[in-house]
Amino acid sequence: MMNYLLSLTIWTPIVFGLITLLINKNDCLARYFALLGSIIAFLFSLLIFFGFDSSATSMQFQEMWPWVGSLNINYHLGVDGISMPFVVLNNFITVLVILAGFKVIKHKVSLYNSMFLMMTGFISGSFCALDAILFYVFFEAMLIPMYLIIGVWGSSNRVYAAIKFFLYTLIGSLLMLVALIYLYFKSNGNFEILSYYKLPLSITAQTLIFIAFFMSFAVKVPMWPLHTWLPDAHPEAPTGGSMVLAAITLKIGGYGFLRFILPIVPDASRELAGLMVVLSLIAIVYIGLVAVVQKDMKKLVAYSSISHMGFVTLGCFLFANGTLNTWAVEGAITQMISHGFVSAAMFFCIGVMYDRVHSRNIADYGGVVNKMPVFAAFFMLFAMANSGLPGTSGFAGEFMVIMGAVETNFVAAILAGLTLILGAGYTLWMYKRVVFGDVVNSHVAEMDDVSKREFLILAILAIAVIVMGVCPNIFVAKMHASVEQLLTQVTLSKI
Amino acid sequence: MMLTYPNLIPVLPELFMAFMIVLILIVDAFTSESKKGINLVLTLLTLAGCFVIQKVIDRGVTQLTFNNMFILDGIATGTKMFTYLFSFVAVLYVKRYVCDKQMLKGEFYAIFLFAVLGMMVMISADNMLVLYVGLELLSLALYGLIALQRDSVKATESAMKFFILGALASGMLLFGISFIYGGTGGYLQLEYILKAMLSQNDTNGALLVFGLVFIVAGLVFKLGLVPFHMWVPDVYEGSPLAVTTIIGSLTKIAAVVFIIRFLIGGLVLLNPYWSIMLLLLALLSLFFGNIIAIAQTNIKRLLGYSTVSHMGFVALGLVTVNVDGVSATLFYIVTYSLTALAGFGVLTMLSRDGFECENLDDLKGLSKTNPVYAGLLLLVMFSMAGIPPLVGFYAKLKILSALVASGYIPAAVFAVVMSLIGAFYYIRVVKVMYFDEPVKEIVPADTCVFSRTILLVNGALLVIIGIFPTMVMMYCNQLITG
Repeated sequence: MMNYLLSLTIWTPIVFGLITLLINKNDCLARYFALLGSIIAFLFSLLIFFGFDSSATSMQFQEMWPWVGSLNINYHLGVDGISMPFVVLNNFITVLVILAGFKVIKHKVSLYNSMFLMMTGFISGSFCALDAILFYVFFEAMLIPMYLIIGVWGSSNRVYAAIKFFLYTLIGSLLMLVALIYLYFKSNGNFEILSYYKLPLSITAQTLIFIAFFMSFAVKVPMWPLHTWLPDAHPEAPTGGSMVLAAITLKIGGYGFLRFILPIVPDASRELAGLMVVLSLIAIVYIGLVAVVQKDMKKLVAYSSISHMGFVTLGCFLFANGTLNTWAVEGAITQMISHGFVSAAMFFCIGVMYDRVHSRNIADYGGVVNKMPVFAAFFMLFAMANSGLPGTSGFAGEFMVIMGAVETNFVAAILAGLTLILGAGYTLWMYKRVVFGDVVNSHVAEMDDVSKREFLILAILAIAVIVMGVCPNIFVAKMHASVEQLLTQVTLSKI
Repeated sequence: MMLTYPNLIPVLPELFMAFMIVLILIVDAFTSESKKGINLVLTLLTLAGCFVIQKVIDRGVTQLTFNNMFILDGIATGTKMFTYLFSFVAVLYVKRYVCDKQMLKGEFYAIFLFAVLGMMVMISADNMLVLYVGLELLSLALYGLIALQRDSVKATESAMKFFILGALASGMLLFGISFIYGGTGGYLQLEYILKAMLSQNDTNGALLVFGLVFIVAGLVFKLGLVPFHMWVPDVYEGSPLAVTTIIGSLTKIAAVVFIIRFLIGGLVLLNPYWSIMLLLLALLSLFFGNIIAIAQTNIKRLLGYSTVSHMGFVALGLVTVNVDGVSATLFYIVTYSLTALAGFGVLTMLSRDGFECENLDDLKGLSKTNPVYAGLLLLVMFSMAGIPPLVGFYAKLKILSALVASGYIPAAVFAVVMSLIGAFYYIRVVKVMYFDEPVKEIVPADTCVFSRTILLVNGALLVIIGIFPTMVMMYCNQLITG
């Protein structure tokens, strides 16, 4: 079984999703069946986590079968220290998302759960794929369930948001497809991602490939100025959709930078690193400022996500003398994992309040702590983590990226560091307006504290945030060898 | 003088089909209204019979007959088998509709089989005149099918439009053929045309190119490429859904084989001329097909314009003039036909007497009223948009990889951008079905379990071939290479 762990992790949720789709007459059964599927998939991913050899630099748990012979496409899977944490994170979040939708989703229950399960499988597939077309298939396939999740269970402006999300993501990935086909011919007809790492490419070709990949992954991250779909998609998506979008799908963008752009086109990456740093800083500072003025809690957290992901792209492109530094890249990955926990938690907290008051406007809240003390405590922890408080997961990643920046680009370090204050400002200000003070209206007065189900979800996320904050090394140790390997790869010129 | 009889083995399916058409017409004349179901059974038997005969007579080698005017090679056998299979499925989809709309059942099936016979002749033609005869047989049958609803103004109008424009295209094709005939020194046989071109000097070059222009114009009319696409949306919209199902899915395979034989088989030496024309027309089709489709509210028109853009993709495969490109084209057209068949199948089965499921608004909230049909149409739309893991993705991937391999990278990028625009109107259909509230409840008219199962299998194939495309890809490749 250990030889097929990756396939089991990918296909278990997809198969469970398909079966859940058929259980459309019994909502309760559909919910529990979906939960079972997500738990089994998560357990498989845990086996990958614990079975992973931290000292190895090569891909592990590899599986390879010929798939589309005429185009030399293989079903080739494998994980290294960079992709493996995301597979675990993805399956972890799905369990919580399915649980979060238990009482909230009342129509098309089987379709809802089925879409999440299938999307989990597709996302895991993207992280595990070592064949470029296999990656592309999973990468694109996840658009279909997400489109339906936003459009069917979203808020009033969901249709616009769903279509915008779909088209934005598609435009980038189609250009990536052309780049992959080009690489296919350059490498004498194969789609093996790892073989592209050694492929000699002229600087012009590298630059064009960089742009094609950039269009795809920068939209997904999202980077300024390609970020505009996110503030539309998040507020309209249901709570589970927002959790998955922020916690997982954005990470595929960051992962794409590390798996595709940096090692395949290292020279172009070096050439364009300055531009990437500037774009990242704009995302961190400008989007941080935009977040301050938001009146909608979900929008605020959405903008804060863009700002936090700015740290990720910053970490990925902090070159000094043609070399990336380990701190920055490991910080970027740590930041992604941490953001997975924190953003999921923040969106879930907003979802909890929305289920009771049916409003996401900050102005409609106040004095929540008086009615929901337990919830307020959890929310406080997550708000602190979102602000980057030491001891929480939010601190670890940002700190590492800033450390990396200090070594290579001091101005970037100063700007990014100052923005941490901004992040703390908008998160805590929102927290203050929503949670503290007197009870402002009858809706808030009628709020009940968290249910057992909600408590369970919040507690699990809280544990994840604290454990990662206190012992980030659990994750960092797993990725270290792979990051070193990546850095070696990036230092080699291909011209 | 001794009479020699032509070898009739390669042409057996055509003879069987012709015999059965006559039989159906006779049976129809002598059966009462309540027993007209026999026509359907005979039609299905005819198609199944042709399939079996085609399989039996396939010897794995090229067979020629009628003074080498009729050819039965790998591509002919393979594409004819697809044609029978898809026609069989199409008949199952439209049978209820034909009854509901009180279209003349006997005539409908006979004319439909005439159209299939026309396709078979086109596919097997190795001579320009036979090609022309097949094409006209198909066209005449389609004119008849469209106009079968005599009381419908829209149907009659679109039949007239199709007839007039079709006649114009046929005229252009004939005109072009006559130039080729003159330019090559009196040849209509594709093989001899090629030989004549190889042996002669450039004195007739201008004549051949002049003829080629008219031929390409005539051919791309049949395919529906811009600017010869005007009939496509009008005919799709005006025809009864049963006929749109046939025009929109089946006829394309024959048209592509016809172009492959004509341009790549006969006029390959003129490829510097025709490939640039085809490239230009393909790019225009991608652009206009996709842009205009956005504004459509009638789903038949929308699919009509989307067909224009798909045919643009098909033509791009031919532009490469190599085995990879042509086999990609064949794969594209086969999978497109399968996808379109499922799409039109759903619409046909949702239509009933007095209600034609043809406007986007008719599909509002379909996921609530008919989740299975909505799911099938969702698969069709995402497949047409080229979203993996559905089969449409591989069709596009093959064409794009053939283009990049041949150095047409800007064309590939353009096609990709146009695909994105195409995705917009496909996801709009999904939006209407899944995000909007139902206006009226649509109950499928066809309750036949067999037809519904076939429709489900058709939809499932879009996913199955999407996940395991190798077999169909290899088969298409094999048809081209040998």
